[in-house]
Amino acid sequence: MIRVQNLVKTFGSFTAVDDVSFDVAEGEIFAFLGPNGAGKTTTIKMLTTLLHPTSGSIQLDGLNPQGHQNEVRRKFGIVFQDPSLDGDLTAWENMEIHGVLYHVPHKVRRQRSEELLKLFELWERRKEQVKKFSGGMKRRLEIARGFLHTPKILFLDEPTLGLDPQSRNQLWTHVKRVNEAERVTVFLTTHYMDEADRVAHRIGVIDHGRLVAQGTPKEIKEQTETETLEDAFLKLTGSTIRDESAGSADQMRQFAKMWSGGRR
Amino acid sequence: MSAIYILWLRELKRYTRSRAQILASLGQPMLYLLVLGFGLSPVFKRAGYGDYLQFVAPGVIGMSVLFSSIFSGLGLLWDRQFGFLKETLVAPVSRLQIMVGRTLGGATVAVIQGLLVTTISVIAGFRPTHFMALPLAMGFMVAIAIVFAALGVAIGSSLQDMQGFQLIMNFLVMPIYFLSGAMFPLVGLNRVLTIVTRLDPLSYGIDGMRSMLSAHSAFDPRLDILVLAAVGSVFIVIGAYRFSKIEI
Repeated sequence: MIRVQNLVKTFGSFTAVDDVSFDVAEGEIFAFLGPNGAGKTTTIKMLTTLLHPTSGSIQLDGLNPQGHQNEVRRKFGIVFQDPSLDGDLTAWENMEIHGVLYHVPHKVRRQRSEELLKLFELWERRKEQVKKFSGGMKRRLEIARGFLHTPKILFLDEPTLGLDPQSRNQLWTHVKRVNEAERVTVFLTTHYMDEADRVAHRIGVIDHGRLVAQGTPKEIKEQTETETLEDAFLKLTGSTIRDESAGSADQMRQFAKMWSGGRR
Repeated sequence: MSAIYILWLRELKRYTRSRAQILASLGQPMLYLLVLGFGLSPVFKRAGYGDYLQFVAPGVIGMSVLFSSIFSGLGLLWDRQFGFLKETLVAPVSRLQIMVGRTLGGATVAVIQGLLVTTISVIAGFRPTHFMALPLAMGFMVAIAIVFAALGVAIGSSLQDMQGFQLIMNFLVMPIYFLSGAMFPLVGLNRVLTIVTRLDPLSYGIDGMRSMLSAHSAFDPRLDILVLAAVGSVFIVIGAYRFSKIEI
C-alpha cells in the first residue's frame, strides 16, 4: 500500500530524511517511531503531497504523490501533529468543510459527523467557535474530522498528543475498528511506546533521518534484547535529548500570540 | 464546484463574525473621507475642480476595496500559521478550485466593505451624479476586488511568514493606493508621475468608478474595463500557479 525507496529530503545543508526505505502492506497498522526532530513529520509530509522529496521514490497504492497529486489525495486521510482547524468556525462547520472537500455525500456527512462528534464528546458544543475550545477538545475534533471520510490509508501524526487517557483509549479503539472492519491501512507516529506496542502490527524506528530498525514489536524487542518497546527504543536511539529547532511556523505562532493578544 | 462554494462561504462567515474588525477597517476610510474630504475642499474648489468630497469619495471606496481584498489574499499567511491551510492542501480538490474559492470569497468581502464605505460617503454628503449608475460602479468594485484578491493570494503563496507583511504594506499596498489617483486628479502631472500612475491597475478601477459616480474621469471607461480584465486575468494565473506550488 505504501512503498518508500531511498527517500531523501534535505533543507539546505540539513538532511532531515536520509535514505529511508520501507513498505507498508494493505490493512496493516504501521507505527513510525523516533525522537523529536528525527524526520517523522517530514516523511509524512512527503507521503501526503505537502513536500517534494529531494530524491528517492514513493508509491501510495501504486501512485506517485508527485505525479498524481489529486489521485493520491483521494486515497488518504490525515490527522496532523499541529493544529489545522479554523478557529473562527464552529466545530460543526469544520466538519462540514472537511466533508465537502473530501466529497462525502450530504446525508452521509451529516450522519457521520453526528456519530463522530458524539463519540468524541463534542456534540453538545458543536455550535461553538473552535477558538473557544480547550487544547484537548481541539485535538479530539481534529481526530473526529480525520475519520469523517473513509480513506484507504490513514495518517496519524502524534494523534494522542495532549489527550487524556479516556480519549486516547477511544481513539485507538476506533482506529482498530476501522482497520479491521474497513481494511484501512494506518500509518502513525507517537511518543507513547505502549500505544505503539499495543496497536501496531509493525514498527519502524527513525533517528537522525535514518531508519535504524524495522519489524514487529516482538522482533524489535528481540533484536535489541530488551523487555519493553520503551527500552528497545532508548537502546536504538540513545538517551540524549534532542532539540527541535523552532521552525518558522513556531516563530510565527509566537509572533501572532504577541500581536493578537492570544486571541486565537 | 461545491469546494469553491464552501471556501467562499468560509471567507464570508469569517468576515461577518469579526464585527470588531469590520468596524476597525472603516476607521481609515472615514478619516480620508471626512478629514481630507472636508479639509482639502476649499483649496480644491479654488483651483476650479469643484467639490473635493465628490472627487475623493470614489477613491476612498476604491481604497477600502483594495485593502480588504489584498488582505484577504494575504490571509493565506494566517491560515498557514494556524494550520488550516494544510487541511485544504491535502484535500482531494484541485488547488485551482481552492484558490478560486478563496479569491472569490475575499473579493466578495471586499465588495461588501466597498458598499459600506459607499453608504458612509453618501451619509457624509457624497452625491453620485445619478444613483442609477451605482450598479455599474459596483461592477468596478468587483473588478478591483478580484484583481487584488488574486494578487494577495499570489504574494501570500510566496511568503513563508508574516515578517514580509510590513514590506508588502509599505512598498506595495500603500504605493498602489497613493499612485492610483484616488486623492488627486490624474491630469497635468509631471512625466514620471504620469507614467507611474498609468502603470497602477488601481488607477483604472478608481477612474472607472469615478466616470460612473462623478465627473472627474481621466480615461475612457472602456479602457478601464479592458485594463482591469487583462491585469485580473494575469494575476489570477500567477496566483493559481504560485498557490499550486506551495509546500509546507
